[in-house]
Amino acid sequence: MTDQQQADLRHDEVEAGTTTGLAAPSVDVTDARQNSLWSDAWGELKRNPLFWIGSLLGLMFLLMALVPQVFARGADPRACDLANSKLKPSAEHWFGFDQQGCDYLANVVYGARNSLIIGGLAVIVILVLGVFVGALSGFFGGLVDSLLSRITDIFYALPLILGALVILRTGLLGRGVVAVAIALAAFGWMTAMRLVRSQVIAVKSSDYVAAARAMGASNHRILVRHILPNAVAPVLVYTTITIGVLIAAEATLTFLGVGLQRPAISWGLQIENGQSLLRTAPHLVFFPSIILTLTVMAFIMMGDALRDALDPRQRS
Amino acid sequence: MTGADISSYPESPAVAGASVLEVDDLHVEFRTRENVVNAVNGVSYTVSRGETLAILGESGSGKSVSAQAIMGILDTPPAVITGGGLLFEGRDLLTMSDEERRRVRGPGISMIFQDALSSLNPVYSVGFQIGEMFRAHRGVSRKEAKQRAVELMDRVRIPAAAQRVNDYPHQFSGGMRQRVMIAMAIALDPKILIADEPTTALDVTVQAQVMDLLKDLQRETGMGLVLITHDLGVVNEVADRVAVMYAGKIVETGTVDDVFTRPGHPYTFGLMNSIPQVEAKGGRLKPIVGQPPNLAAIPSGCPFHPRCPRRRTGAEAAPGLDCITDVPPLRIVEIGREAACHYSEEVLHA
Repeated sequence: MTDQQQADLRHDEVEAGTTTGLAAPSVDVTDARQNSLWSDAWGELKRNPLFWIGSLLGLMFLLMALVPQVFARGADPRACDLANSKLKPSAEHWFGFDQQGCDYLANVVYGARNSLIIGGLAVIVILVLGVFVGALSGFFGGLVDSLLSRITDIFYALPLILGALVILRTGLLGRGVVAVAIALAAFGWMTAMRLVRSQVIAVKSSDYVAAARAMGASNHRILVRHILPNAVAPVLVYTTITIGVLIAAEATLTFLGVGLQRPAISWGLQIENGQSLLRTAPHLVFFPSIILTLTVMAFIMMGDALRDALDPRQRS
Repeated sequence: MTGADISSYPESPAVAGASVLEVDDLHVEFRTRENVVNAVNGVSYTVSRGETLAILGESGSGKSVSAQAIMGILDTPPAVITGGGLLFEGRDLLTMSDEERRRVRGPGISMIFQDALSSLNPVYSVGFQIGEMFRAHRGVSRKEAKQRAVELMDRVRIPAAAQRVNDYPHQFSGGMRQRVMIAMAIALDPKILIADEPTTALDVTVQAQVMDLLKDLQRETGMGLVLITHDLGVVNEVADRVAVMYAGKIVETGTVDDVFTRPGHPYTFGLMNSIPQVEAKGGRLKPIVGQPPNLAAIPSGCPFHPRCPRRRTGAEAAPGLDCITDVPPLRIVEIGREAACHYSEEVLHA
């Protein structure tokens, strides 16, 4: 039977996953496996190297945001000595010094906090707004759908960076961390809404919802068991990837001069300051760029792994 | 109403007169912007404990729509139940509250669908989905639900049930998926099981296995089975009685033996004639000429008249029995048999 073969293959895969040492302390996966979407997804995630690389990087940046002192090797980002201006990296000071003679490693490390807060805050707003508006639109359809979809289109008309730039330029929200997060979320939620909406529409009319109804599932149960899990999974993947994109967008806004302002510490500001000195002190652009790229990649890798894990059909 | 129970299938434990489900003059139409489609136009039948009623008809004859109306899973709008009654154990399903109705689905009436793959949620393991029946209706724990799922999978003869309980629908073959579907449907011991073309998507050997399984389960539980199909062979093998549908109406009912050997309606007659015969190997098949009716514009009089070789109209017809103008009622033509044809007796003795 091909079925049995598939089952065997699956079993082999489980074995392989545990022997590579990537999975956490060997749990007897075949027996202890709980059979719900999320626990199965977790079982799948555990076996995905992409997820481990992504989450280790993510964890590192999270710790960097929480306890930057540890990563800054005792240096204070604001304790500067002009005598050290633009010194190259050395064994003592890994990332060298910036124009003002501040320890650059400390500066880059302290920049993680603002980036992560902005990325996290914006993505929460996007998730809530996207799921809520998308679910309303898809579930009720008709006039509600037309209205909400057109409103979404209006926001779509302005690209993320341009929209956020316009909001921040008005100065209504100020130029702080929260202001940047709100500006980014305001023009970043539409794709999440579209995703949820189309998923809700597809699942609502699927045969398995009809079958569940025919077997006496209540509306509440259909919503919780069938519509929401199928609708939320893709948007969760999307938002994980989006955190990375938002962090990059924050750096872009700051680089363009409408995001965070000194004395705030941010990768965008560092890249902006460094670009004019690119010839004499390339490390000033290099280090924050590398860290920014790694952060964005970490979230994209986690998002990719999550997408594979949440779709049982993608498991071989 | 078809009156007394006339099941005579020797193996079936049918109890005479104990009809569990009564469908009485059911009308369903679909209202779209352009037109009104009359999908079901006065369908009546009863199903008793342990009885198998086959609803036979071609695509668009209203057999699935009437089943969906019984289950209460029609999309309304566009579908509207415009008349008739649905009695389950003497209670009218149509006047029940949504919550009462929901409680009938599952433990009272349950349904299996044609395409098991799309009827199972792809993101849950089959064990979880079977277990959901117990969790939704009986509130049992997750662990117990899984245990019962394994028992049910054993009962529908899925090999190595305990190992396969955590597998996903796409990891099963078509026949096994349909068994999973059946396991879900019988989980709560329904009094009536509606099977909407349960074997159409399966190959022939698997079809036979699935039908055998349904038959065995029916013997064990005494549930009434409504088998919706266009497969004459399946009807012949498993059904006690058959109701033939055409253009949203039942045109003939009776025991399978009677209807298959001596049809009382020209449509049924045509169907039986269209079956390929071993003796006539190499000859041409005898189809029913013409097309199925457009349900948005059902022909006047007898809906079958445009395709009927025995059509009588004008001077040929007896008074009040003109096939083009007079609608033939479903009437008793022999003991335990009904047909909706003005000239049924001629067909019977043809």
